[in-house]
Amino acid sequence: MSEDHNRIDIEHVAHLARLELTDVEKNKFAAQLKDMLAYVAKLGEVDVTGVEPTAHAIPLTNVLRPDESRPSIDPVLILKNAPETARGLIIMPKIVE
Amino acid sequence: MAQRKAGAVNYEAVIGLEVHVQLKTQSKLFCGCATEFGVEPNTRVCPICLGYPGVLPVMNAEAIRKTILSGLMIGCKITRFSKWDRKNYFYPDMPKNYQISQYDLPLCLGGAVQIPGKTLGVTRIHLEEDVAKSFHFDTTSGVDFNRAGTPLMEIVSEPDMRSSEDAFAYLTALKEILITGGVSDCDMEKGQLRCDCNVSVRPVGQAKFGEKVEIKNMNSISGVKRALEYEIPRQIAALGRGEKIFQETRRWDDEAGKTSVMRTKEYAHDYRYFPEPDLMPVTVSDSLLAEIQQLLPELPEAKRQRFVRQYGLPEYDAGVLVANSTLANFFEKAAGKNPKAVANWMMSVSDITATPIQPVQIGELVAAIDAGQISGKQGKDVFAEMLATGKSPGTIIKEKGLAQVSDTGAIEGFCDQAIAGNPKSVADFKAGNKAALNALVGQVMKLSKGKANPQLVSAILARKL
Amino acid sequence: MSLHTLTISELRDKLQRGEVSVRQLTQALLDRIQAVDGKLKAYLWLNPDDALRQADAADLTKPLGGIPVAIKDVLNVTGQPCTCASKILQGHISVYDATAIRKLRDAGAILLGRTNMDEFAMGSSTENSSWGVTRNPWDLERIPGGSSGGSAAAVAGHEAIAALGSDTGGSIRQPAALTSCVGLKPTYGLVSRYGLVAFASSLDQIGPFTKTVEDAALLLGVIAGHDPLDSTSVPAPVPDYQEKLNAGVKGLRIGLPKEYFIDGMDREVEAAVRAAIRQLESLGAEVVEILLPHTDYAVAVYYLIATAEASANLARFDGVRYGARVRGADVLETYSKTRGAGFGPEVKRRIILGTYALSAGYYDAYYLRAQKVRTLIRRDFEQAFQKCDVIVTPTSPTPAFKIGEKANDPLQMYLSDIFTISVNLAGNCGLSLPCGFTSQPKLPIGLQLIGKAFDESTLLRVAYAYEQSTPWHKERPAL
Repeated sequence: MSEDHNRIDIEHVAHLARLELTDVEKNKFAAQLKDMLAYVAKLGEVDVTGVEPTAHAIPLTNVLRPDESRPSIDPVLILKNAPETARGLIIMPKIVE
Repeated sequence: MAQRKAGAVNYEAVIGLEVHVQLKTQSKLFCGCATEFGVEPNTRVCPICLGYPGVLPVMNAEAIRKTILSGLMIGCKITRFSKWDRKNYFYPDMPKNYQISQYDLPLCLGGAVQIPGKTLGVTRIHLEEDVAKSFHFDTTSGVDFNRAGTPLMEIVSEPDMRSSEDAFAYLTALKEILITGGVSDCDMEKGQLRCDCNVSVRPVGQAKFGEKVEIKNMNSISGVKRALEYEIPRQIAALGRGEKIFQETRRWDDEAGKTSVMRTKEYAHDYRYFPEPDLMPVTVSDSLLAEIQQLLPELPEAKRQRFVRQYGLPEYDAGVLVANSTLANFFEKAAGKNPKAVANWMMSVSDITATPIQPVQIGELVAAIDAGQISGKQGKDVFAEMLATGKSPGTIIKEKGLAQVSDTGAIEGFCDQAIAGNPKSVADFKAGNKAALNALVGQVMKLSKGKANPQLVSAILARKL
Repeated sequence: MSLHTLTISELRDKLQRGEVSVRQLTQALLDRIQAVDGKLKAYLWLNPDDALRQADAADLTKPLGGIPVAIKDVLNVTGQPCTCASKILQGHISVYDATAIRKLRDAGAILLGRTNMDEFAMGSSTENSSWGVTRNPWDLERIPGGSSGGSAAAVAGHEAIAALGSDTGGSIRQPAALTSCVGLKPTYGLVSRYGLVAFASSLDQIGPFTKTVEDAALLLGVIAGHDPLDSTSVPAPVPDYQEKLNAGVKGLRIGLPKEYFIDGMDREVEAAVRAAIRQLESLGAEVVEILLPHTDYAVAVYYLIATAEASANLARFDGVRYGARVRGADVLETYSKTRGAGFGPEVKRRIILGTYALSAGYYDAYYLRAQKVRTLIRRDFEQAFQKCDVIVTPTSPTPAFKIGEKANDPLQMYLSDIFTISVNLAGNCGLSLPCGFTSQPKLPIGLQLIGKAFDESTLLRVAYAYEQSTPWHKERPAL
C-alpha cells in the first residue's frame, strides 16, 4: 500500500463521524492511526481470490416477525430522557437544509 | 408548453423519479409500534424505533410481502437472495444516525409503469425504514419519532421520462397500482407517498446525459408537474446563456413557483454502506412467490380491457372509469343491464364517488328510463335532484309526481282532447304531413302536464287518426 | 464461614437447606463491598436497599434463586443508570431490561449492582473507563483486564457470587485470566444481544464470570436461548450444560495451535500453560498439533471490522434523544461538541479508524478485505476442529500489567488480544480458567479453551476435569 494510504485525513474523517477534536487530539490520533494503518496493511499479503466476505457468523435466513402491533412506550419516559423537549417534541437547534 | 429551445439548439429533458411509499402495515418495520398517522407526537415509539442503546431490529414479514407484491404488479424480477445494509449519515430525524436500507441486493429489480402511449422503466424497488418528522420553529426544530421506523418502499425509475406530463402520468399510474394492490393508501398529504425528481437537459440527438439536478419538496403530484415545468426551462435558459449546470440539490417552493439551491455536490454524503450485521438475509422461495402471485389484483390496464370486453364500453369510457379503483368499483356495482347508460351518467359529473349518489341508485335511474317510467328529459331532473339530496330515484319520482302516465285510458282521454282542440294539425296530418303529429303529441304532453309517455301518445294518436 | 467466598452451587445448597437466608447472603456481600470496593473500585452503581428488597422477595425454587449477580454497566436494566462507563451516557436511565437480565430475574437471581468497564467495551484494561480504573484484587497496582474488568474484579474479589460481562475480542476471557476466575464467551448467537449496548454487532456476546466451572455451566444455561427480539440469536434448544460436566477427558483430543506459542509470551505464562496441557494428558486426553495459519492476521482483521461496526453503532450517541448534550450553535456543532466531549480518546480513536475503513475509496481495501480474511480464519477453525474436540491456548500472553504501563501505546494494547480475538471472528465459544500464578508478584495465569460452535458442553467438560484436578480455583487474593 502506498504512503498515501497511511495518512488519514483526520479532519475529513472526524467530520464524517461528527467528532470535534482539539488540535492536540488531531495530531496524536493522526500519528497513532498512521501506525495502525501500517499494521493492518499486512492484510494485503493474504490471497483472498475467490473468498467470500463473512457477512454473518451464522448462516440464518428469513428471520421475520408477524405484522402485529403492540403498545408503545409511555411518552413520559422518552421525554424524560431527552435533553430538551417542548410540546411533546424532542427539540434541537433549528435544522437548516 | 415548456420551453424547448435556447438559441438554435433544441433541448430535451431527461427525468427520473425516486418515489418513497409508506407501506400499509399494522406495525413498523423493525418493532411492534403501530403505524398510525395523526396521533400525539412521540406516542407510537419504543426503544427500538428510537435507537436507544442496546436495541436490535426484527424484520416485519408483511413488509417483505407487500414489497414483493409491488414488484410483481409492475413486472419486476424478484431478487431471490436479498440483504440489508446500513446507510450512514447524521440527521436529527435519524434515530440511529444510520438507516437500515438495501444497497446492492434490493428485493425487486427492473419493472415498468405503463402510461398512455409509453412504457416507463423502473430500475429497482427496495425496502427501508422511514425517518422521523421534524417541525421547524424560529430558532429550534422539534422532532416527532412516530413516523420513524415505518416501512418504506423506495421505487427508483429509469430516466425514461421526457416531460412534466410523463412524470405526472407515471405518478398517477403508479399510485393507482399501489392502491389497487392494498400496498399503500398513497396519500401525499399524509406523507404516505413522497417524490424526488432528478432532471437534466441535453440537446436533442445527444446520447450523453446532461448534469442532473435533484429537486425536493414537492408535496403533490401536480406539484411535481409544476416543479418540472419551472426547472426544465430554467436549465435550458441557463445553458442558452452559456452557463454550466452543476450537479446540485434544489428545493421547490410551490408558493413562489421556483426552485432554489439547497446543497451542492461538495456536500454530497459518503454513506459508507456496509452489510447490516443485525439482520439476516431474505431468501424468496418459489412457493412464497407463487403465494404472493395469487394475491395479485386486477391492475388498471387489465381492468380497462375487461370493461371494453365485458361491458361493451367504448375505449374512452373504459379509460375514464378505471382511473381509480373507487370509480371502477362504483361502475361495476351500478352496471346492470345498460352499462353504457350508467357510464354516461357517471361521466356527466367529474367524480361521482364524491357525490351522495350510490351505485344502486344510478342503476335504478337507468332502469326507470329504460322501462319508460320517466322520460330521458325527466331523468336529467331526477339526476340533478339525486346529486343535491342523495335521495333515491324512486323517492324523487314519487315526491315530484314525475311518473310518466302510461295509463292508456288517461292518455286516450288526453288524445281525444287534443284531436278535438287542434283541427288544423289533424287535417295536416291526414293530408300526409307526418310532422303535424308532433304538434298533437305536444298538446297531449301539455294536457298531461308532461307526464304522458310520449311513445304511447304517438302510437295512440296515430291509431285514432 | 465467609458467605461471600462461596460458590453458586455451595450457596444454593445452604439456602435450600435453610442454613443461610438470602438476606444474610446479600448483606454479607454488601458488607464485603463496603469493606473492599473503596480499594478495588469494581462497582459503579449499587443500591443496597434495592438489593435487600430483591433478597426478601427471592424464590428459592428457581435455578438461581437468591444468588446475587453483578452486572457490567453495558447491559440495560430497567430503572438503572446505564452509562457504559461513558460521559456521553451520564444520567441515562434504562427503560427496558436486556433479555439476559430478564432471564436472570426469571431464574430468581438478585441483580446486585453495576460494574466498571472500559468505555463502550473498548479496551483490555478498564483504564478507558470515564469513571476511573478498577484494580486487580491480586495486586492493587495492576489492571484487572478489560473490558469487563469490574465484573472480573467483583467475582475474584468476592464482591459478587457471579457476574455478567460482554466479550467482543476477549473482554470476558482476558479479565478472567488476569484475576483468576472462570470467564466464558458463548458461541455467537447462543445468548441474546437484545439489551447489550452494541460495540461490534457481529462479534459481541454476553457471558458469565464465576468462581468455578460448574457455576459457569449453571449461569450459561440460564442466559442462553433463542430470543425473537434478536435476529442473530439461534433457534436451537439449549442443552443441559451441567449434564456431562464430570464425564472426564478420556478419549477427547486437545488441539495445540503452534501459532499460539510465540516469542514475547511471558515465560511463566508459557510454563503454566504447558503444565496444564500435560495435566490434561495425564487425565486421559490426547494432544494433537493443529494449525491456525491465519492467526497472525487476526488482530488486523478485528481492528478493522470491530471499529467499522462500532463507528456505526456509536453514531446514535448524539445528545438528541438521550444522554448528555453539549449545545452548539447549530445541529452540526451540537453533534460534534456532544460527541467530542462525551467520548474518551480510545473510543474516538476507534470511531475514526472504523469510519475511515468504511469510507469512500477505502471500503474495499480495508473493511471488505478484512471480512474476506475473516472467512479464512473461520475456515482455519473448522478445519482444526476436524482433528480435535477442544483447542487449548494461553488466554493472555502476559499476566496483569501495571496501571498506566501501556497507556501510551494503543497498538501494543491491541496486540495483547492476540489469543482471544480469533474466537470472536470465527464465532466459536471460548472459556478461560485459572491454571496457575506467576511467582513474584503472585499474579493469575489463565488457560483458554476454545470449543466448536454450540459445543459449550465439551468446553465445560474439559474445563471441569482440569479444574477439579488442580488447586487454583481455591486460591483467594489477600484483599
